[in-house]
This record gives sequence, C-alpha cells and structure tokens, in this order.
Amino acid sequence: MSVNLTLLVVMGVLYACGIYLILERSLTRVLLGLMLLANATNLLILATGGYAGLAPLFSKSTDPRHYNDPLPQALILTSIVISFAVTAFMLGIIYRTWALARQDDIQDDAEDRRVAKTPSFDAEDDSVVPEETSEFPVTAVTDAAKEGGPQ
Amino acid sequence: MNIASLAPLAVVLPILGAALTFALNRNPLAQRAVSIGLLSLTLLLECWLLASVWTTGTASVTLGGWQPPFGVVMVVDQFSSLMLVVSSVISLAVLIYATGQGMADGDREAPVSIFHPTYLILVAGVSNAFLTGDLFNLYVGFEILLTASYVLMTLGGTGPRIRAGVTYVVVSVVSSVLFLIAIAMIYGATGTITMADLAIKLAGLDPGTRNLLHVMLLVAFGIKAAVFPLSFWLPDSYPTAPAPVTAVFAGLLTKVGVYAMVRTETLLFPGDTLNTPLMVVALLTMLVGILGAIAQSDIKRLLSFTLVSHIGYMVFGLAMSSVAGLAAAVFYVAHHITVQTSLFLVTGLIERRGGSSSMDRLGGLAKLSPLLALLFFVPAMNLAGIPPFSGFLGKLGLLQAGIALGTPLAITLVVGGVVTSLLTLLAIARVWNRAFWRKPEDAEYPAAVLKDRGAVGLLPRTMVGPTAALVVFGVALTVFAGPLFQLAGNSAEQMLDRTAYIHSVLGGNAKVPEIAAPQGDAPAGAAPVAPTLVQGAPTPVQGAPTPVQGGGK
Repeated sequence: MSVNLTLLVVMGVLYACGIYLILERSLTRVLLGLMLLANATNLLILATGGYAGLAPLFSKSTDPRHYNDPLPQALILTSIVISFAVTAFMLGIIYRTWALARQDDIQDDAEDRRVAKTPSFDAEDDSVVPEETSEFPVTAVTDAAKEGGPQ
Repeated sequence: MNIASLAPLAVVLPILGAALTFALNRNPLAQRAVSIGLLSLTLLLECWLLASVWTTGTASVTLGGWQPPFGVVMVVDQFSSLMLVVSSVISLAVLIYATGQGMADGDREAPVSIFHPTYLILVAGVSNAFLTGDLFNLYVGFEILLTASYVLMTLGGTGPRIRAGVTYVVVSVVSSVLFLIAIAMIYGATGTITMADLAIKLAGLDPGTRNLLHVMLLVAFGIKAAVFPLSFWLPDSYPTAPAPVTAVFAGLLTKVGVYAMVRTETLLFPGDTLNTPLMVVALLTMLVGILGAIAQSDIKRLLSFTLVSHIGYMVFGLAMSSVAGLAAAVFYVAHHITVQTSLFLVTGLIERRGGSSSMDRLGGLAKLSPLLALLFFVPAMNLAGIPPFSGFLGKLGLLQAGIALGTPLAITLVVGGVVTSLLTLLAIARVWNRAFWRKPEDAEYPAAVLKDRGAVGLLPRTMVGPTAALVVFGVALTVFAGPLFQLAGNSAEQMLDRTAYIHSVLGGNAKVPEIAAPQGDAPAGAAPVAPTLVQGAPTPVQGAPTPVQGGGK
C-alpha cells in the first residue's frame, strides 16, 4: 500500500507540536496541544484508509477495488465530535480557573506538598513513651530509659 | 430469540434515564424516582443476562443490520455479564446514597439537577465498555464514561475540584489519544476493528508489528487502570470530588481499564509475550501504591493509594495467563469494586460525622457512633485480606496460582503480594486507631464537631442504608464465594480458550488460531498459524479493504 507523504509529514509535525505544547504549564497551551494531537490522530486514521477512491456508493458496474474505504471516515467523524466536546469542556475549566485564581497555570496540590514536607518522625508512633504507664512501675528500668532517651 | 438481543438495553435504559432526568430538572422528586427506577430495571436485566449466559453460554448481537466483521457487535459472556451485575449493584447503591445526601443537605455543593443525568450517562458508558465486541466502540464507551466523569469530578466548580479536574481531564485525553492511535494502527495492519475478527487476523501479523500494537493498547489501558508508572494522576484527582462520586470512580473507572486489559491480553494477544514486564509492573504497582498510602494522613487520599496498590493484584493474576491466575483476578475485580466503593462511602459518612476526613482531626468515632465503626471495620478488614472475607479468598487464589506457576518472578510476586497485604493492614489500622479508637482530645487538631454537635442529621438513614447494603453485599461475596469462584473459573477458561467468543460473533465456521505455546517464544509459535488464516478471513488483510456495500458474504 502506498501512502500520501504530505499527509504523513503534516501528521508528524502536528504530533511534535502537540506533545511540546501539552508539556507546558499554561492551560491554554495544553488545550492547543490536545487539539493538535487529536487532529494528528485523525490524519493517521485517514492514512490507514489507503488510496483516495470513488465515493462508496454502490453501483453494479464499478470494480469494488475502486471504492474509497468508508470506515476510517466514519471513525474520524466520531473522533472529531468527541474531541469537540472535550475541547469545549476544557475551555470551560480554563475559564473557571482564571475566574478563581486569576492565572492560566496548572496549580499545585496543597495536600501533596504538605505530605511531601512531613518528616518521617511521627509524634504518636515513634516518640519514646515519656512516662511509666504500667500499673507495676519498675523504677530502675524507667530511670535508665529516661537517661538514654532523647528528652 | 437470542438472549443477547436484550443486551443493548443495558446501555439504552440509562441513556433514556439521562434524557428523562434532564427534561425533569425542575422536579427533583421525579428525577430521583426515574433514575433509581431505571437503574434498578437495568440491574434486573443484567442479572437475567448473567443467569442465561451461565446456562446457555456466550451470545452476541449485531447492531444496525451489518454482519459481524463489518458492523458493531455486542458480546455477552460470563466475564462481561458478571462485571455488569457488580457494577450496577454498586452504581445503584451510590445513586441512592447520593440522593440521600442531596435530600439531607439541599443543593449546597452539588447541583443535583445535573447530577442525575450525568451519573446515568456514566453508567451507560461503563455498560457499553463491558458489552462491546468492537474496538472502536470500546473507545466510544470509554469516551462516554470519561466525559461524564469530567463533569462529575468538577461538580460545583470549587477551586480544589477544578485544579484536580484539569489534571484528570488532560491525562484522560492523552490516554484516549493513545488508544485512538492504536486503533488506527491496528486497522491499518489488519483491515478490521471487530475484536473477534482481530483475534484471528492479529495472529498472522509480523511479531514486531504485533508487539508494537500490543504495547500501545496496554499503555492506553494502563493509564486508565492506574498501573504503577502511569498511576500518578489518580491519588491527585480522586480525593477532591464529592464522596459518592469518588466512590463510584474508585469502584468502576479503573476496573473498566482492567477489564480492557484482560480482553487485550486474552482475546487479542494471547500467549505470554509481555507477561514478564506485566509482572514487574504489577509488583511495582502493589509496593509503590501501598507505600504511598502509609504516608498519607487524609483518609480519602490513603484509600486512593490503596486503590492503586490493589490494581497490582489484578495485573498479577492477568500476567500469569493461567486459568487459576485469571480466575483469581476475575474474582478479585468483583471483590475489589465492592469493597473499595463501600470504603469510600463510609469515608463520606466519617467526614459528615467527624467534620473532616483527615486523621489529624478525627478521634473517638467508635464511641460516638458504633454503627459507623462497624461499617468501616468490615470492609477495611476485607480490603486487608483478613481470613473469613472475600479479600482473603481472592488473594489466596492469586498466591496459589503464583506458587503453581513456580517461576522465580512469580514467587517474588507472591512475596510482594503478602507484604502489600500486611502493609494494607498497617495503613488501615492507623486509620482505625486514630479516627475510631483514640480519645477526641488526643487528636492533633480536633475538629469542633467531634464534641458538641448533636447526632441529628449527621447520619441520615438514606445514606447509612445503601452503605450498609453494600457492606452486606461485600460479605455476601464471601458467603457465596464458591459459586462466584466457579463463575470466575468458567469465564477464565472461556477467555483463554476464545473459541466460544469468536464463534458466537463470526459463526461456527471461523477458524480459531492456535495460541503460541505457553512457555515457548511467541514468534516460533505464531508461524504455523498463518496458513489457516485464509479460510477465516473474509477481507483481504493489507491495504484495500473490501467495500461494505459490494462485499457482503
């Protein structure tokens, strides 16, 4: 099967730009990147259909090999509709981020940052028991523990 | 009449419900009645499907009048119908819980009028993904459920939800694009996207091409299933959504990814080509996930990490590609959907009763509300795999299958599985000790509600009821583990055999290619298969596919 070189080159450029853009922190650029990726994929699907041929309307006199393959075009149509909906939703989210935070960047997760900063020492689990809790205190052992302990 | 011809109703009924509830958005009472009624009806239908598939075997239905290699098919086999029933049980429980929450709170944070239609669309997408026998329709199913989940994730549009929603949407879209690229390449290589037809034609491809397609699909599904290197997005985004939404996401969405991985591994690319990498990934998923869980102090985040960790068990069962391993994985999926959802629902109740979901602020809940403690304790022990419960049975099945396989890697995974199980117990015990057992005064930053709020309206029956029902359902999985394991075993055998699936779609004459010898290398095993393909292949393989209109068989 031969392929259309122009289509492939355009597809490669779209993928490259799309991947570059979704690695940015700015949400608008990420959205543009996603749109480029979706369209590059549409071109890829189109390329799998092979030669451009006759419209696939049945007539008895036409050789079946001269028809275009209609399936990739149906797939592209579906994928265009889906990416349209997702793009609209992303635009809504970006607008909302702007309204809430007055910036176009992806925000950090506060809880994530907090957990990352938490020291591995846990006051409840790890500290030496500060006082004797036994009903039958053994003074010598307790004193030794107090001298050896960090307090 | 073919029983499968009723299968599309499992998708159509929720969509119909979505349309009706959308039209009724000014009448909350009617909305609730319609959505709960239609979802119950769907559940009944799916139970019937499961019962009839158990007796009569795999069945399929073609949609729109196109015959199988061309048109979209839906296939009902034991695995898909089991998934349908379990997913509908938990989505019904979560729907009633969410309705109860809405009734108790008014529309403070969740605009209820949009919740019902979106939720039903999500259910329709999940059913579609479970039922479909067509790769592109699987993509459509994924998109339906993902688009609905974007809306549910950002419900209310508060700051943290929007932040989490952005990550979630971008990651999901990237995984969908990868899936679509894989579909395009598969179509280019084989000229078909019907899964049963692909099962025949992919076997004839050059091993290099086949492995590329295999890896593309696994990466796309791996992002959705949150398998380790691709799981970073999940604990970041799930905890911020409203409790019932997190619960249904945790139960269903990752499992749809696991389901798609199982189908890819068993139906499209059988054999053990990628079993070693899958096992390594499963081990890392288990360990990294559970270590993340131990570091958390927020219960929702902790549970999100255990969710990632336990996906590792399912991938382990899948990677063994033996009947025992696959059966245990199927059982584990059913168990985990139920348990993880009930734990998130209980966390919603904890947040309500204690005023927070952070362990630093909670304390003394066991005394304040013994019922809540019981509701948490049972699924928590079930998740950790303590003996009488289904979590133990599922893990035992996996470990036995691992020992039976006996390779060094499988033994390492068995050890890793036991360690993960113990660490899960540790993480859960920390929650129990802090939130339930210690005195409220001992909390680092005690929330005011722990002491002086009355119990009125804190635990409405409409929310406790479905949670309790789901906990009981989880226990029922233990009681009826025998039949369930038999079902899982049957579906594992069917999936590894593939004959029933392919014949039900393409008719009894289709040749099922032999699977490459289980321990041999795939390329050598695949070679003798190629000549048999000619009879089974209705369309030419490369390049110019036969036009649909001209070339009916």
